Amino acid sequence: MEMTSISMPAIRSRPITIVEEIPISKTLRFWEGLKEGKIYATKCNKCGQLYFPPSADCSDCLCSDMRWVELSNEAEIETFTHVVVRPTTFVEYKPYTVAIGKLKEGVKVLAWLTGFKLSQIKVGMKVKLVAKVSQEGNPTYEFVPP
Amino acid sequence: MRKVAVIGVGNSKFGVRSDVNVSELTFEAVKPSLEDAGLTAKDIPFVALGSVGAGAWYEELLPAVVVGEYCGLTGAGLMRCEAACASGSAAFFAAYSAVASGHVDVALALGVEKMREIDTQTAMEWIGRAGYYFWEFHNFGVTFPAYYALYANAHMAKFGTTEEDLALVAVKSHKYAAMNPNAHLQNRITVDDVLSSMVIASPLKLYDCSPITDGAASVVVASEEKVRELKIDTPVWVAGIGYSSGTANLSKRHDFVGLDASVLASQRAYKAAGVTVDQVDFAEVHDCFTIAEIMAYEDLGFCRRGEGVKLVREGQTEIGGKIPVNMDGGLKAKGHPIGATGCSMVYELTKQLREEAVEKGRQVPLKNYVGLAHNVGGTGHYCYVTILRR
Repeated sequence: MEMTSISMPAIRSRPITIVEEIPISKTLRFWEGLKEGKIYATKCNKCGQLYFPPSADCSDCLCSDMRWVELSNEAEIETFTHVVVRPTTFVEYKPYTVAIGKLKEGVKVLAWLTGFKLSQIKVGMKVKLVAKVSQEGNPTYEFVPP
Repeated sequence: MRKVAVIGVGNSKFGVRSDVNVSELTFEAVKPSLEDAGLTAKDIPFVALGSVGAGAWYEELLPAVVVGEYCGLTGAGLMRCEAACASGSAAFFAAYSAVASGHVDVALALGVEKMREIDTQTAMEWIGRAGYYFWEFHNFGVTFPAYYALYANAHMAKFGTTEEDLALVAVKSHKYAAMNPNAHLQNRITVDDVLSSMVIASPLKLYDCSPITDGAASVVVASEEKVRELKIDTPVWVAGIGYSSGTANLSKRHDFVGLDASVLASQRAYKAAGVTVDQVDFAEVHDCFTIAEIMAYEDLGFCRRGEGVKLVREGQTEIGGKIPVNMDGGLKAKGHPIGATGCSMVYELTKQLREEAVEKGRQVPLKNYVGLAHNVGGTGHYCYVTILRR
């Protein structure tokens, strides 16, 4: 589709590498939990709102008195896509399927969906949410067959 | 609040503009907009610039000062506005507000994006990060086409929308872009071309996606007094602007068949402008992907939820139909230089409402002389709807 790009005279900018250190102190229990195979959400002790991704503060009533609750793992797929053209930092991965699933508790989760052929995946399908370690060694979570 | 009019517009050629840097590209839009208004750069006291990729896909971190200096605008109040792909509309709103409030009598809204100085994979990376990097990109690599593909699959599952329906949107966009000399993609295409193009993020294929484009657009706005003083022949009035936003996490949206931000922003805009949807003669909608145009019809109230495909199947959004949409080729084929898109939409509305300099075959019929621009940032993360009236 792209029009032929004729090479034009240009000067290359100085290259830099940027790596940010993203604080996780307030959600540490979540990341530790993943290593133990558990998926935690937070719940506001004042208004009862449940948060996934886990949040240290309640955006509903602005209260910071939250507790950790373990999620059930039972989910239903609301939508999905198979990502073929990948960004720079994911080129080492094979094409992957991203899905949004609604958990029994009512919160929704966006994560990879594995263990199915693409043609088998349907909106409304039941799946299980599990903790795992990524190809790069990061704690993460994904949907798998129930 | 004072009445505000658009009195000058400019739009650069969109495309892969490796022949110019960010300043030179912006100049191509600023100069004609000032000439159109009968002003010089020295007459502009305030400038709002919409641009997203500063320091990411192009090298300048402070583009407002860099392009400001190049275009002779140094000394004016400057700011950069970020509302992702709606940054141009956010800049337009800032310029409009500066005039409406009485702070200044004339202001400039600018949009520029220089997206082709980096490779496509890195562009996919940056744009994919534009949502909620930490929760949705870091571990899951959701690209921008993938975000909209999530909406496409949900829409297809709920309403029976098909890949052929989506393809019809792309065919329409290319048809009109072929008549627009400013457009990035000027080739006519068929439904089969779309269906046989490579899958980017299922069900979206290459021809369902807007291209990665360089471009700039510029809009001069002025108060009613200034319009009289400058003896502007055909002022185009800002009838109303509406805005809203959506959650950063897509997982927090209540469904994936429409954008709440678009619904709310358009309701606010109709109210502010005092018009109903039936009075809108034509529209520019945010079709970064084909599914986005279908959802826009529904979100903006051009039809009921789930019936967007009927409009495109019946040709109701072409010239001669109920409401012509994206007669400039849209983001899909005119191109989508992210920060410039909002101002480019205002450029197109203005040209159409003035019934001037629009190529034969693209001029919309005007009954009420009301046009609407719908500009979404991210995947419904931001939305601005701007209604203009001649």
